[in-house]
Amino acid sequence: MMAETILRRAVLLAAGAIVAGCVTINIYFPAAAAEKAADRIIDEVWQLKDGASPPAKQPDAAPGETK
Amino acid sequence: MRTVTFMAAVLAALAFAVPHVAVGQANLEINTPAINALQRSMQQRHTQLAPLYASGAVGFTRDGNIALRDAKAVPLAQRQQVNALIAAENQDRAALYREIARANGHPEWESDIRTTFAQRWISRAQSGWYYQNAGGQWVRK
Repeated sequence: MMAETILRRAVLLAAGAIVAGCVTINIYFPAAAAEKAADRIIDEVWQLKDGASPPAKQPDAAPGETK
Repeated sequence: MRTVTFMAAVLAALAFAVPHVAVGQANLEINTPAINALQRSMQQRHTQLAPLYASGAVGFTRDGNIALRDAKAVPLAQRQQVNALIAAENQDRAALYREIARANGHPEWESDIRTTFAQRWISRAQSGWYYQNAGGQWVRK
């Protein structure tokens, strides 16, 4: 009976620690994700990606026209 | 027996907690109408700013803004227009950093986002463009 109580407390403590860790991760600033987001926006603003400009597809894509 | 039931409940709770952690590490949300509008506005302004970066008239500050670095590189008649461009760009940048923080539910991340952008603007800048180093001095890339 005693052992069961101790085990239960241990599991409860572990669960508590994991939940706290989860909250902590969400509060800390996600630096790597922010860097990726910044790069995506800079690509757009400075037009650094060739594929970013749609005009390349225009000549053969007139609406309603099929060849 | 009750212990087994209890542990099963804990495991179930963990199953919810793990994806939650994954979400915290995923991409930041940058696809909102406000962010897209700011991006477009900055993209249009960039055609006017690019020559100013190249001439060294305007450079990137260490706090994620741009600033007039060398007024003499701009003809007197255009100086006012360049100052207005810089002010408009910095206004958009401030709004962009704020909106990204807000879109991700953490307005308090604004200054971290600004710092991240400050580093990325500089490291993605073309060679020949000017930026402020950690000591605040202008450096040519």
